[in-house]
Amino acid sequence: MTNVLSLILGKRGLGGVLIMAALILVVLPTLMDIDQLNLAGRFLAFAFVAVGLVLSWGYGGVLSLGQGIFFGIGGYAMAMFLKLEASDPESTSIQTTPGIPDFMDWNQITSLPWFWEPFYSLTFTIIAILVLPALFAWIIGTAMFKRRVSGVYFAIITQAIVVILTILIIGQQGLTGGVNGITDLRTLKGWDIRTDEALFILYYVNAFLLIGAVLLGMWILSTKYGRILIAMRDREDRVRFSGYDVANFKVFVFCVAALLSGIGGAMFTLQVGFMSPSIIGIVPSIEFVIFAAVGGRLSLLGAVYGALIVSYLRTTVAEAYPQLWLFVIGGVFIAVVMFAPYGLAGLYNKYVKKHIDGVLSRFAKPKTAPTKASTESTEASQ
Amino acid sequence: MSTNTDYLLVIEDLTVSFDGFKAVSDLNFYVDHKELRVVIGPNGAGKTTLLDLICGKTKATSGSIKFKGQELTKLPEHRIVWAGVGRKFQTPSIYDALTVWENLEVSYPQGKHVLGALFFKRTAEVKRKIEEVAESIFLTDLLDTEAGLLSHGQKQWLEIGMLLIQDPELLMLDEPVAGMSVREREQTAELLNRIAKGRSVIVIEHDMKFVEAIAHKVTVLHQGKILAEGDMKTVQNDPRVIEVYLGH
Repeated sequence: MTNVLSLILGKRGLGGVLIMAALILVVLPTLMDIDQLNLAGRFLAFAFVAVGLVLSWGYGGVLSLGQGIFFGIGGYAMAMFLKLEASDPESTSIQTTPGIPDFMDWNQITSLPWFWEPFYSLTFTIIAILVLPALFAWIIGTAMFKRRVSGVYFAIITQAIVVILTILIIGQQGLTGGVNGITDLRTLKGWDIRTDEALFILYYVNAFLLIGAVLLGMWILSTKYGRILIAMRDREDRVRFSGYDVANFKVFVFCVAALLSGIGGAMFTLQVGFMSPSIIGIVPSIEFVIFAAVGGRLSLLGAVYGALIVSYLRTTVAEAYPQLWLFVIGGVFIAVVMFAPYGLAGLYNKYVKKHIDGVLSRFAKPKTAPTKASTESTEASQ
Repeated sequence: MSTNTDYLLVIEDLTVSFDGFKAVSDLNFYVDHKELRVVIGPNGAGKTTLLDLICGKTKATSGSIKFKGQELTKLPEHRIVWAGVGRKFQTPSIYDALTVWENLEVSYPQGKHVLGALFFKRTAEVKRKIEEVAESIFLTDLLDTEAGLLSHGQKQWLEIGMLLIQDPELLMLDEPVAGMSVREREQTAELLNRIAKGRSVIVIEHDMKFVEAIAHKVTVLHQGKILAEGDMKTVQNDPRVIEVYLGH
């Protein structure tokens, strides 16, 4: 397992980031028209959640089946800001109460609820996107981990919370937009987010943030914290006797995963133009885990590829046979667990890497002396 | 209440019961500064439970455990470690997925909070300390080896090393030579005699030859109570001890 780790942390790990950056910054935008690119951008917004899950689940052993909670908080916070901007008195003049979001008017609400008020401010909204998911994760994490609830029980509780959240959103239609969600989002500070140009720019913002998220993850794993994370996953009890408060270490990684999910949610809303409970519910929350599992739960880069591949599979299958999708995704998950526990990254390390290394070393040979190559490989394994 | 403040570890009236079964019952147990104490006794005597109670793995039903005057029974495990108590488990408990170096690094007594761990630096001091400990546990050549690949005896040494680097004032070892070869036993006995110099050590052991090689003072536990206590010779000649333990 440390081999996988050293691969990520070693110099080749950065090479992997460069390849991924080239793919999402150059290759995809060159090959795709704007609609296809926008679709890829949505999938890359999901990738934030998968990257977070690699950290919390793959390395920390904290499996959350409720990452939709945090994706949703980020996404809804962004949507609330955009909705308020779209609901200025002029464009809502035909409503009974102009100046409030349309769905509130339809639900006979006559004034803006108090918790919507702060979302007039973009600064507040951005802070909320960055802070609220982590804060919520801190509350859940502290409540669970201080009581030493972990493993399957923790996973089930997170899933229960995501169910509660969606029921709450659907039930409070007047306050949240209900099952339809918050739709018809138009502008960000007067900038129309629906134009091709805006979608192109948003794609790039999303891509750069995602690369930042992967680098953040790599940095965390390269520190002593990263090694404690692995230690904790494998021998939680022993870590206590190495003098660590295990709960705090779990809460932190859970908060980081939540933070990343929240950013993903906000980027999703911006690129899609709406946010609804169907995107954060139980099925999407499990799909997030499958992204990470397919990509490889020990690979931050794998998570990005996993999110892309599974999402494309979903689009393809769901278009042709909508009823079949749940069976396909279930089958994929079982297949990964049984035949490739470390996902695509694991398969890559096992079967492909040695060939690529062989080719690379053939290229490298004329340039560097063999002794240098051997010292480099020992450095990478440290 | 305790008057025995001169001792490093003062255990008084300690009782723990699991569904009515008293694994340790009204135990009084004192360990002096820089003492090497061996605890022996038949299976089920409460030896491991005693260590579990001291290090916080098991919570006492009643009684008190004072370490340097500080009550341990109410502290969480990691605080007990910070107070200066280190524990080696019966089966080697190391981090298999990490290298020997990383195992020692994780055990290093700094960077114990989340932020401290994130910004922990491998300073020259850290490296020196890790190399020093690695040498004393005979693992210098294996620093970059994944700990899961070590032999059983080496794993036991690594765990002792992980405790050494914490530099505890009280070191507790649960059957440190179990499963070791004769040669490894000798090396471990020598190692223990060396590391016991600056600190107090409690060792649980079945191997009487090993006990003779290291013990200053022996405590015999039986059914959660102290049966006998004293130097090796006194204990070995105690008829009660011979009956319940040494006799067979």
